Amino acid sequence: MAVLTEAVPARRRRRTLPGSRAAYGYIAPFFLVFLAFSLYPWLDTAWVSLHNVRLTTYHQQQWVGLANYRNLFTNKFFYNALRNTVTIGIISTVPQLCLALGIAHLLNYRLRGRTFFRVAMLMPYATSLAAATVIFLQLFDKDLGIVNWFLAELHLPRLDWQGSKWPSQVAVSAIVTWRWTGYNALIYLAGMQAIDNSLYEAAAIDGASRWQQFRHVTVPGLRPTILFTIVVSTIGAAQLFGEPLLYHNGLPDGGTSNQYQTLGLLMYQQGWTNDRLGLASATAWTMFVIIVLAVAANLWLSRRREHRSSIPVAAAAPVAASTMEVTR
Amino acid sequence: MSHRSLVRALAVVAVGSVATIGLAACSSSTSTASDDPNAKVTLTVGLFGTFGFKEAGLYDQYMKLHPNVTIKEDDVEQSADYWTRLKTRLASGSGLDDVQGIEIGFVSDVVTNHANQFVDFAALPEAASLKSSFYDWKWQQASTSGGKTLGLGTDAGPEAICYRPDLLKAAGLPSDGATLATRWATWQDYLDFGKQYESSKTKPAGSHFVDSAASIFSTAVYQGNEAYDNAQGKPDAANSDGVKNAWNYASQAAQAKLTAGLQQFATPWNKAFSNGAFATIACPTWMMGYIQSQAGPTGSGTWSVAPVLPGGATNWGGSWLGVPKASKHQKAAEQLVEWLTSKQQEVTMWTQGGHWPSNSQAAADPAVQGATSDYFSKAPVGQIFSGIADKMKIPPIGLYDTQIQQAFTTQLTNVETKGTDPNKAFNDALDAVKQVTG
Repeated sequence: MAVLTEAVPARRRRRTLPGSRAAYGYIAPFFLVFLAFSLYPWLDTAWVSLHNVRLTTYHQQQWVGLANYRNLFTNKFFYNALRNTVTIGIISTVPQLCLALGIAHLLNYRLRGRTFFRVAMLMPYATSLAAATVIFLQLFDKDLGIVNWFLAELHLPRLDWQGSKWPSQVAVSAIVTWRWTGYNALIYLAGMQAIDNSLYEAAAIDGASRWQQFRHVTVPGLRPTILFTIVVSTIGAAQLFGEPLLYHNGLPDGGTSNQYQTLGLLMYQQGWTNDRLGLASATAWTMFVIIVLAVAANLWLSRRREHRSSIPVAAAAPVAASTMEVTR
Repeated sequence: MSHRSLVRALAVVAVGSVATIGLAACSSSTSTASDDPNAKVTLTVGLFGTFGFKEAGLYDQYMKLHPNVTIKEDDVEQSADYWTRLKTRLASGSGLDDVQGIEIGFVSDVVTNHANQFVDFAALPEAASLKSSFYDWKWQQASTSGGKTLGLGTDAGPEAICYRPDLLKAAGLPSDGATLATRWATWQDYLDFGKQYESSKTKPAGSHFVDSAASIFSTAVYQGNEAYDNAQGKPDAANSDGVKNAWNYASQAAQAKLTAGLQQFATPWNKAFSNGAFATIACPTWMMGYIQSQAGPTGSGTWSVAPVLPGGATNWGGSWLGVPKASKHQKAAEQLVEWLTSKQQEVTMWTQGGHWPSNSQAAADPAVQGATSDYFSKAPVGQIFSGIADKMKIPPIGLYDTQIQQAFTTQLTNVETKGTDPNKAFNDALDAVKQVTG
């Protein structure tokens, strides 16, 4: 960097400075807020994670080095939450994105009342999570829920959608899927409309069916958009919190056997219910590393498929950093 | 004399001036504006849930008696959220209200970790008369080993059993309070009675004897000599007689399918108060209000209270009011707290809001003793709960009682609803407890 500025003639440098100063001024508000509410908490969380801290005795922090991390990595509750986060993430993200792609494809045709469908699709996203979860709790009620009623009608066994591990994870995933499918569909739809119509015409002339057009024109054209939604959904899944919290009446244990406790819930339980802020901070940092690794893996996989990629790694990092704010 | 106690001595002089007009002139030179009894002050009262002072008209009454005082209540719905907020404010030393509610779930933490941040009621000139107005255990729970008392008691939660006479009758079992008092003297008696209920051919289909194993556990654990802490004041649930007995009875009830398997305070449990899913429930005084709010006006007369608690009298719940030293109006706040927890006001809180007095003089008042409840089939609730309150045995409470109890009752739900082996469930609970205690 120093070498570069040396090379710039002094007169020119002076002329460019006022402009760049103004630019710093324009971006300063963002960076000040970022410093205060992201970077500082993020670094402070790292510091706290090396201490034994309870909120009630906040001023008696005790240095414990990496003990909180050692505790975490030998802790069955952590591995349980990690597994649940991965499985719920898969059960919710995969069907969600596939559904969104299909819906976007259908909405891309000229339909009667297309605007209505597009708005309707976004309704779940705009609905209050608490209200939605209450409804889902009733749908999935063991004794009186409509889901079990259907199962009984079909002569299938009734399931304990709260107490049993996989049914409860499916139920939580259903809330996530219901809420985010429309949002992703809208993003796909925007991506689809950017695809040049002449490509479809050319494909049609060559005799491609609708399905073939979808596979060979739409999907390749959408690849950057798909990558974006995968990255965002991965981060969202890793931080999943509200749905499983409300699904157990606001308790952060994720069910009586922690059967749907995610990392986000575990962190909250450690920090606020159990008042162990050091351990919770260690969990927060571990989550951050996991998210960065997951996002990097996504990008690496997509780069391997295709050399150019539209999302730089750096863009994903600040989103991941927002995990940290939960603990403070 | 340290600086701090000098300040307190001056403050004591100032409070004396409130009581004795003759002294006012002498002390006025040392008084700051906030010590002037007639200066206009706004007192903020930080509470959680429903304390019921406002509803019983006590704030209005106080403001009429003290025209210079304005009271503002600052209420948080959930006590856990309230406690997190209070801890944050105690740590930062700002944002504290003039009066703060302290619940039994965290009074031990306040006593252990925040004794220097709350006004000491035991150091006031009227301390002796204050102390003698409360149940001794109530005074002690808010006191440090060094004798500081950080809050005055509002309500207490002496426990009995609330039950549905109609359901017991349908099952062909006795349903009058006097008989039940003899049939439910111990937990074993209670469970045996429950087995009769479950095996009855005529009981309403789908109904169970007791709401949850948690109901039995949370009560019986405080009937031991120790609950969650050992004699050294350290959490030691694995070796406590209270935990052992409570787990024994609660898991027996769960395995014998005497319970409705509901999680307390969850929606299905709330609904069950009106739909007859269970016939009995461990019933601290505040539970009566809860039942009324859940079962609604149509439930009037369906519930009653039996004058007995299996295994001996004990307490569940209750609160205190404390004054943070950070308050700018300490004297005025102390006065308000003393007034709100004094005999007459606690009598009002019971007769109008169903909050059992922790002020023992209030509990002895004929208006309290003579109270009956129309909603609870005209049960003589004043007499029932005062009989229990007088005999209550209270083991020491610890820092993590709330979280530890949650760990055990959660595992009991697994025994009830998933058939988890009680020994495994007990060990799982201990694992969860270890996450709290560290």
